[in-house]
Amino acid sequence: MTASLASVAYIGATILFILSLGGLSNPETSRRGNVYGIIGMAIAVLATVFGPRVTIAGLPPIIIAMAVGGSVGLYAARVVKMTQMPELVALMHSLVGLAACLVGYASYIDTSIPFTGAEKTIHEAEIYIGVLIGAVTFSGSVIAFGKLSGKISGKPVLLPGRHWANLAGLLVVIWFLGVFMHAESVAAGTMPLVVMTVIALAFGVHMVMAIGGADMPVVVSMLNSYSGWAAAATGFMLSNDLLIVTGALVGSSGAILSYIMCKAMNRGFLGVIAGGFGTAEGTVVKKDGAAPAGEVTPISATETADLLQEAKNVIIVPGYGMAVAQAQHTVYEITKILREKGKNVRFGIHPVGGRMPGHMNVLLAEAKVPYDIVFEMDELNEDFPDTDVAMVIGANDIVNPAAQDDPTSPIAGMPVLEVWKAKTSIVMKRSMASGYAGVDNPLFYKENNRMLFGDAKKMLDEVLAALKA
Amino acid sequence: MSLTIGVPKEIYANEKRVASVPDIVEKLIKLGFAVVVEKDAGALANFADDTYVAAGATIVPDAAALWNSSDIVFKVRAPSMEEVPLIKEGTTVVSFIWPAQNPDLMQALAARKITVLAMDSVPRISRAQKCDALSSMANIAGYKAVIEAANHFGRFFTGQITAAGKVPPAKVFVIGAGVAGLAALGTAVGLGAIVRSNDTRPEVADQVKSMGAEFIPVDYEEEGTGVGGYAKVMSEGFQKAQKETFAKQAKDVDIIITTALIPGRPAPKLITAEMVQSMRPGSVIVDLASEQGGNCELTVPGEVVVRHGVTIIGYTDLPSRLSKQASTLYSTNLLRLTEELAKTKDGTIDVNMDDEVIRGATVIKDGAITWPPPAPKLSAAPAAAKPAAAPVSEKKSGHGHGAANAPMAAKKLAVVFAVGALAFWFLGAFAPAAFLGHFTVFVLACFVGYMVVWNVTPALHTPLMSVTNAISSIIAIGALIQIAPPLDAGVARPTWIFALAVVGIVLTSVNMFGGFAVTRRMLAMFRK
Repeated sequence: MTASLASVAYIGATILFILSLGGLSNPETSRRGNVYGIIGMAIAVLATVFGPRVTIAGLPPIIIAMAVGGSVGLYAARVVKMTQMPELVALMHSLVGLAACLVGYASYIDTSIPFTGAEKTIHEAEIYIGVLIGAVTFSGSVIAFGKLSGKISGKPVLLPGRHWANLAGLLVVIWFLGVFMHAESVAAGTMPLVVMTVIALAFGVHMVMAIGGADMPVVVSMLNSYSGWAAAATGFMLSNDLLIVTGALVGSSGAILSYIMCKAMNRGFLGVIAGGFGTAEGTVVKKDGAAPAGEVTPISATETADLLQEAKNVIIVPGYGMAVAQAQHTVYEITKILREKGKNVRFGIHPVGGRMPGHMNVLLAEAKVPYDIVFEMDELNEDFPDTDVAMVIGANDIVNPAAQDDPTSPIAGMPVLEVWKAKTSIVMKRSMASGYAGVDNPLFYKENNRMLFGDAKKMLDEVLAALKA
Repeated sequence: MSLTIGVPKEIYANEKRVASVPDIVEKLIKLGFAVVVEKDAGALANFADDTYVAAGATIVPDAAALWNSSDIVFKVRAPSMEEVPLIKEGTTVVSFIWPAQNPDLMQALAARKITVLAMDSVPRISRAQKCDALSSMANIAGYKAVIEAANHFGRFFTGQITAAGKVPPAKVFVIGAGVAGLAALGTAVGLGAIVRSNDTRPEVADQVKSMGAEFIPVDYEEEGTGVGGYAKVMSEGFQKAQKETFAKQAKDVDIIITTALIPGRPAPKLITAEMVQSMRPGSVIVDLASEQGGNCELTVPGEVVVRHGVTIIGYTDLPSRLSKQASTLYSTNLLRLTEELAKTKDGTIDVNMDDEVIRGATVIKDGAITWPPPAPKLSAAPAAAKPAAAPVSEKKSGHGHGAANAPMAAKKLAVVFAVGALAFWFLGAFAPAAFLGHFTVFVLACFVGYMVVWNVTPALHTPLMSVTNAISSIIAIGALIQIAPPLDAGVARPTWIFALAVVGIVLTSVNMFGGFAVTRRMLAMFRK
């Protein structure tokens, strides 16, 4: 295959990738979008393997490597539970980050393509930046994976003077960029590159460790963005436009998602990245004396079933607790029974519900909940006053009225689902503990609110049994 | 020190309601108050003295003892001139007062150096709905109006086809779709009648329809909503058009229920003697405005009369005729107001004049007349509703994530452009041509990505992430071209590179295959 033919194939792949992302704009075209992506990837890989830059000697190792990696990937995709999607996505980001590092190192050691003058400088800077982004993506994603899978505590870990540590790290990285560029030989340049990699890895760890569990959707989408930028940087390094375009597509996609997530929490992007919740040093804000007063009214599973029986309009608000308890199938069974009885049952999804953008939608889809009864917050927030029962399953901060009523609350101004406007709201929760933001929830004390304490799955099973009886 | 709440027996003629029922007494005691109840206070509403005692109240034998032992007195009707001398200084009285209609009473009460909260003066704002006794009573009046009408009407309400022939459904026309009007609509619809309604406030049309009734508009353009969701006086042209509409309805319907009131004015005369004459004999008119003079010219307040063969019911005490229900609702309203007054829950009250609800209700504070209160803030009027609705419709248009933000401030924009220009100049000055080519592609791709992804529906955010993740394994190309590039003869290449490249390919293919496969799995689950 000639160089021109390979270039044309790359352009084709680029177009297919753009169509692939475009296809995801609605569920009907989304499957086709995924197929476009697969075709684009196949074209890109084949054009490279049979292109001018790879000789026939490379074929066997490539096939073996891809077979090994591919089967691991396919196996993982098959066995992963939908509740574990955030972990899987985080883990996959780490792989992209690590690959970017490796390619960067390989490209630096490779002296078979000679560069001179400004080109050499630019090339080396590109390598440096590529490895930097790759390393941050890698270690950050590994930590994110640990937090999401519960291997590491979800609480933000805040070192004293961490902003200064980050700043110092950044200065060292810039200093070593200078050292690296002036290195006479590959051997001399390797040292600054390795030091920088170590700092970047530490930075990635530090950054994600400082971020609390509820901010995970932002982190996951941010790492998604980083993995794109890492690919783009690699493209610059190798003068490959396909890599640049694809990396930029992925990078901006992740950036937009992060932006949407931050908007949904009414927080600045930097605020989330800097970590913690609330004040500058990230200490959780606890207001003495101003805690919402009143009594909570507990309710039993049978009474919940009675309330649902009497209701005409029901809105279910799922949160991370539903994912943890794996309760989505029971939720659907309940929904099915209620819908058969002619009740209008809908789902209200908060943009940051769960631990990943769109997490709740995937879980509900897995449980076969039709997507036309699943609504975004903005679509049904006005309907709560006409709703008889709003059932909150394992969510807390996203239904906290303090975000609207209490300007001093750490989550003030965050858009929330107004479940308290429903005639009755039922909150399913394991205990009275506050949410990830550490903010007490006045909803629990409202007169029209009922608390159904217990494991979400167990309680919903009981509700289901009572409904069937 | 905890205060004592007294509940006297109502002495107004035919008043059967009582200001507090045993269930509520129990809750008042929980708030820290002591409660005394006059003997037989609840008898006419079917609440025996025993039940009050069981709830924790003390029974006192007569009115004098009650007024003497109470710090706070809950009543339904305003204190009468006989009761006023019984009130001791410093007492707080909570009841209906109607300060505008009863200036003499206000003077007499103020002279006793007491505090008076008028349940009829609670402002009509959302927060105060739970204390709104006027609405509770209007609801009962509306219900009872239909029941009274049915009582005097010689036919079924619902249409039936029986072996003995066909029965046409009764036609009911309700004038004024306020709380009472809507309650009447609902009750009449529930009995099976054909129900129509008219109101000068056009925004209630939807509420009327939601109750299952038909809204009859007056063919004349004029907005009829006054402050606080009440009606206002209409122009002459409108009134003429309205009369024509009503005259037409009068000929057609069997039952007319009028609920038209304008605050602080005599009730508008909407049903003329001619209209009554034009109605079929046996028809019924229930005039809920009879206390304020009546909406019908022939109404006799407090009585049932027959004119031109039409029964005209002018009862002024409909809530009292459903005394048990009325007492329950009214005492709940009082309890809610008490909760506002007694935030500390230790049996004391604080008449906080900075609280909008309490300020509105308080007509006399420590002997000084504080009525009328400052104008209430607009609540349910359309002026407030319209700007609220506009941004919502705006939000729904366009993209999956709502409309884009408002444009940046000019100053900020200028700074952004300046920084951008500087960065581009720097690049242009130092970077080689080959780099700039790639850079162009990069910048354009960022914008394409932005445009494409902005349209993605939030429901698909997770598949989007997993597909972009799969696509980012395009980085495999970087590893592929390093594995075995064509080399010029004699150029040595460290074997390291090979190892790094192979590992790179393994990692990215995990991603590549896994990412697409899991996306496929997820998307297959989304179904309608």
